[in-house]
Amino acid sequence: MPPRGLVGLATRTDCPGSRMDLSLLLADGGQAVQDLSTFHPVSPPAESIRNLSILIIAITGFIFIVVEGVLIHSIIRFRQRRALETVEPPQVYGSQPIEIAWTVAPALIVMVIVLVTIRTLWEVNVNPPEEKPGDNALFVTVVGRQWWWEFDYDHYNGRPLGFITANELHIPASEEGVPRPVYLTLKSADVCHSFWVPRLAGKTDLLPGRTNQMWFQTSERGLFLGQCAEFCGPQHANMLLRVVVDSPQDFQTWLENQQRPAVEDAALHDGKAAFLAQSCVNCHRVRGTRAQGGYAPDLTHLMSRQTLASGMIPNDSKNLREWIANPQAIKPACLMPAFGLTDRDRNQIVDYLRTLR
Amino acid sequence: MAVAEQRRELARPSWTATLHDWVTTVDHKKIGILYVVMAVVFLVVGGCEALLIRWQLLVPRSDFLGPDTFNQLFTMHGTTMVFFMGMPILIGMGNYLVPLMIGARDMAFPRLNALGFWATLFGGLLVYFSFATGGAPAIGWFAYAPLTERTFSRSPATDLWALGLIVSGVGTTTAAINFIATILGMRAPGMALRKVPFFVWTMLWTSVQIAIALPPLTAILIMIVFDRNLGAHFFDTQNGGSALLWQHLFWFFGHPEVYILILPVFGMVSEIVPVFSRKVLFGYEFMAAATAAIVFISLGVWAHHMFAVGMSKTEDLFFVVSSLLVSIPTGIKFFNWLATMYGGRISFASPMLFVAGFLSMFLIGGLTGIMLAAAPWNFQLTDSYFVVGHFHFVLIGGTLFGVFAGIHYWFPKVTGRMLSERLARWQFWLLYIGFIMTFVPMHVAGILGMPRRIYTYDADRGWAIWNQLTTIGALIQVPSFAIFVVNVIWALRRGRPAGDDPWNAWTLEWSTTSPPPSYNFEEIPTVRSRRPLWDLKHPDDPDWEYE
Repeated sequence: MPPRGLVGLATRTDCPGSRMDLSLLLADGGQAVQDLSTFHPVSPPAESIRNLSILIIAITGFIFIVVEGVLIHSIIRFRQRRALETVEPPQVYGSQPIEIAWTVAPALIVMVIVLVTIRTLWEVNVNPPEEKPGDNALFVTVVGRQWWWEFDYDHYNGRPLGFITANELHIPASEEGVPRPVYLTLKSADVCHSFWVPRLAGKTDLLPGRTNQMWFQTSERGLFLGQCAEFCGPQHANMLLRVVVDSPQDFQTWLENQQRPAVEDAALHDGKAAFLAQSCVNCHRVRGTRAQGGYAPDLTHLMSRQTLASGMIPNDSKNLREWIANPQAIKPACLMPAFGLTDRDRNQIVDYLRTLR
Repeated sequence: MAVAEQRRELARPSWTATLHDWVTTVDHKKIGILYVVMAVVFLVVGGCEALLIRWQLLVPRSDFLGPDTFNQLFTMHGTTMVFFMGMPILIGMGNYLVPLMIGARDMAFPRLNALGFWATLFGGLLVYFSFATGGAPAIGWFAYAPLTERTFSRSPATDLWALGLIVSGVGTTTAAINFIATILGMRAPGMALRKVPFFVWTMLWTSVQIAIALPPLTAILIMIVFDRNLGAHFFDTQNGGSALLWQHLFWFFGHPEVYILILPVFGMVSEIVPVFSRKVLFGYEFMAAATAAIVFISLGVWAHHMFAVGMSKTEDLFFVVSSLLVSIPTGIKFFNWLATMYGGRISFASPMLFVAGFLSMFLIGGLTGIMLAAAPWNFQLTDSYFVVGHFHFVLIGGTLFGVFAGIHYWFPKVTGRMLSERLARWQFWLLYIGFIMTFVPMHVAGILGMPRRIYTYDADRGWAIWNQLTTIGALIQVPSFAIFVVNVIWALRRGRPAGDDPWNAWTLEWSTTSPPPSYNFEEIPTVRSRRPLWDLKHPDDPDWEYE
């Protein structure tokens, strides 16, 4: 099996990508390694955590050096020099003042750590406000599903949005004096998952039967990677997550496009008919058609996404064709079966899907 | 003389008689050996599982294992190491040593003792039987609901896993009850509870902790079996069950479990450090109180495994404070060991070498524990490879190094023969270097955003180099374990005879023959202090004058 990573993204030439696609393509830079370091935060919660972590590393590092120092000193200074020494060293049974000292000192250190932890906890865990016009805030409900992410866009800047997309979360970048916070409501449709984009924020779990909240905001444009962080079954490893931070203008363009129903291309009438005739429609939704399944990713604007299979493979016609032919070969145990379509049907469906921008 | 008699007795019977003897034995020493042998076999099995996991993660997008196999392997690795290696080896060593150390002829309930071992073993076999049904469970050792419900895990493997753990849990609980009864009721004349050897004290508190923490696990295992087979809905979220209930109850068991796996090791270290430093244990009373404090506080820290589930800030804060508080009594222990070494005359025979490894590495596990206890940072670190690195520092750097120290210390007593120091040194250094190389890079991978339990990862994440270092480290550890097995086999055949008291030690087990006769002591000893053999060896300056 050839490597299927996103490294192939820069070399593909057959992709009639949009302008936005191309810009991201350049940003990805071929073999470039993505930065997922928790020490390179770009959002207030992740920054608060980084600051806390540096303080705790300093404290624990100090303890480490002192204690290992005493240990090594004792090992060297008090090691037995002559093998046959019969007189035992002086027996010291204990000392109450010393015991009290090394109980109180750690207790004070613990108190310091507790205090800074409280401060950080209150910075990171912010209850989401009510949406209102002019707040520049984006509200999205994230639903974890085996093994992909559903994003229900609720409100932006106080206006209701009401469209659903998958696996790639587009958010607007904050600008000088105009913060654009993102508030996520986290739910699960099946088992426990966890939303983790290390440079934006810590993890928050998505639990069935429970609703969680998290938030972040960033002025750093570009692509931020993450993935599910709670073991959720066979394809836990490939429940990948992409957050795309657009300029406010690009985000607006993207929003307007997403809100429209699927494009109608009369030339591809046969393809659409083939798609609607198959069982695709039981699980997938294409707004403006009969396909209204709510179980699998919404395909209304499939081609506005960079990847397929929740971030596993670039979204190009070859991969789309292979994915439809046999999803199990690409993502074993995923919930989409191979339908055994004829070549003709498959090509028509791919041609149709390729128009869903 | 007694050694020679014993040998002749054991050499004579046919192998069927020997087998019959071992299967039906109620002798605490034989049961202890059975536990340890079982644990070592499961250690090898669990280690092989770890190696397969590491080989898969050596390169990005590796084709070596598929997701199903990989997920089964890490589930079985965790389950095996916690339930069928960690607990049995400690209970086994306790079984062998506690009656000897308190001057008793056996455990309080010898038949219950045998039941405990066989239940543990057959529980383990039942879990492994799942391989014969088409595949092991693939749910992770903490088996979060509702992934374990029939909707998401259809094969009977999950049922076998739960049933196996119920069975072995019965064994572990009986062992705990037996320890409590033995230590409270069967001490030699003169041995007040405040004069027991420190290992006995930690076994007592470990047993208390098992008796409190294990029943919730058994309860949720029964609940999940009901869910899966009888249509109950305890954790079935699609029918009003609760996913969070499982997490709370599991970790109410799961966190004390970590202390169950480390407290007896604290006890072993507290025996070995004094003997090899030639000094009495510094601050026995404070150490004893710290042990009890750890047990009580650790019953209230469980939700620090669950900071990411979205608890309120107040709840988070409670568990931050309680988790950090545990570090205080643990620190007290550490400082007392250092104070015992300080001013002593330390000999680095193999047991003390492993203790030095324990002290230097367990400290790191403790300090990364402080990092994880700070809830906001935990949001980043939890369920990442940082956590995997952290708990391996505690369970290998702590438990395994301590257990090897204990095995090297008491092997002469159990077999009458000395292990080879040369091989022990090779074993130690390979384990030490391999261990650091395996688990330090895991912390880095976690900080760089690598979640745990992923069977593969993309090349562009930048995690490959850290995974490669880890895998190489794991491979370095392999010969270490092989050398240990060779050393044991060699010593059983050719090892230098040990004599009764090869380390010039101070607790009662060294006053009887090596190996001890089945009745342990010809005459039940009377003790006056925590170091009865010190009193015997230094009649002019006995311990009881100072205690």
